[in-house]
Amino acid sequence: MSFRLPSLAPADSNEVLRPVKPLFVALTLAAALFSNLLPLAGTGLALRPDFLAVTLLYWCIQAPRYVGVGVAWAMGLLMDVGDGTLFGQHALAYTVLAYAAEYFRRRVLRFPLWQQAVQVAALLVFCAGLVLFVRVFGGAPMPRLTYFVPALVGALLWPAFSVLLQLPQRPVRSSATL
Amino acid sequence: MVSHLPVDTPAFFHRGPSPAARLVFFGLVSIALLFLDARYRYLEQVRQVVAVVLHPVQRAAALPGAVLAGVGDYFASKQALAEENEALKQRLAETGVKAQGAATLAQENEQLKSLLETRARLDSGATAVTVLYTGRDAFQQKLVVDKGRDAGVAAGAAVVDADGIVGQVTRTYPYVAEVTLLTDKDHVIPVKLERNGVRAVMAGAGAGRAPELRFMSPTADVRVGDLLVTSGLDGTYPQGLAVARIATVERDTGQMFARITVTPVGGVDRSEQLLVLARSVALPPRPEDPVEAEAAKKPGRGRTARGG
Repeated sequence: MSFRLPSLAPADSNEVLRPVKPLFVALTLAAALFSNLLPLAGTGLALRPDFLAVTLLYWCIQAPRYVGVGVAWAMGLLMDVGDGTLFGQHALAYTVLAYAAEYFRRRVLRFPLWQQAVQVAALLVFCAGLVLFVRVFGGAPMPRLTYFVPALVGALLWPAFSVLLQLPQRPVRSSATL
Repeated sequence: MVSHLPVDTPAFFHRGPSPAARLVFFGLVSIALLFLDARYRYLEQVRQVVAVVLHPVQRAAALPGAVLAGVGDYFASKQALAEENEALKQRLAETGVKAQGAATLAQENEQLKSLLETRARLDSGATAVTVLYTGRDAFQQKLVVDKGRDAGVAAGAAVVDADGIVGQVTRTYPYVAEVTLLTDKDHVIPVKLERNGVRAVMAGAGAGRAPELRFMSPTADVRVGDLLVTSGLDGTYPQGLAVARIATVERDTGQMFARITVTPVGGVDRSEQLLVLARSVALPPRPEDPVEAEAAKKPGRGRTARGG
């Protein structure tokens, strides 16, 4: 195992992580919002995961002190305006997502990353289903099954998200300890 | 025996209301917002305020694409540029011939109209806009473009590209505007067949589905490949702009209406450079709507139709 690049592997369960910096949380949330508003077309548009949902989920699990139901709700409102959707559509989905994350967080963290991804897929599909229910109830047409693809892509990206968002919390190893 | 960790950790630190209480609170607020927005559209002011917060992010998100395009332009081969130039010149020549005829036609038309004392057409101004991003929502077909009220873009204005109608501005913010595309489920546009002038109403059908002509009798004179142009009856879209071509016609005389699907001719899903047309016809002031006035007394009927 290389000691030069220990950080690109997921953290060991016995590795002690440094506390999360609130500024970093805010920055990543802003970056996720930014990614959601990128102009895409064609396949990119069909596959595009909801970066904001995955990032919120991560922080709700890892840093519940800073990101919880309230923050998720506010970010949802921003997304509603950005997408021109009905007010409250994303807000409702993110609220439920944040609550589920807070409920399952101690459990989810015990699994290896790919098993976490399966659980994340279930959560994201559930939230997409909730939005679907609300919209179809409100008279929107039934979308095709590809509607759920972004949720699955989001779950596939979960390991990458976890490793990247964990980087600043990994303890710095000085050369003396090597 | 494995001893389980206690599920409920004692609350050593006061952290405000429990997550469940927050879920119920924010969930109910969201549902209330959904209801208010879908039913009554009370929240446009709130939307405008949130839009101000979001605006820098919207602008920034358009940057990577612009940079990539710039880099692409820089490395574009000379040959590709020459070919494009050639194609554009040819197109210019074609449209030039049409435009020369159009000037005389417009003049004649003007004279005839003044004879008939119809309402004068306003000089239709146009604003060139660029698509910032496409909406992510699977339930509607929307674009956000880079000019808003400050550039004179008004809600209700028609949006076109070089080939035909793309959609309509449905919501404006100070610096950006939302365009609902022809393919949106709530978008309806009055059209006529260019070949024989038969009037029709074209309605979008949502993502991934072809728009259709509604309420056409099974015996109507419609053929696959016919061009649909705007009829201008609604005063929103200028007359005679290309909208779509008939893709399929299913006639079943047992049914009340024929099932006709169409393919938009404009780059609804691909154009990045669009033109917002100012309203071309001076409309008389909107009369007091008796239905609306009644609806004000009866709650639950105040929803107004969008588009068309």
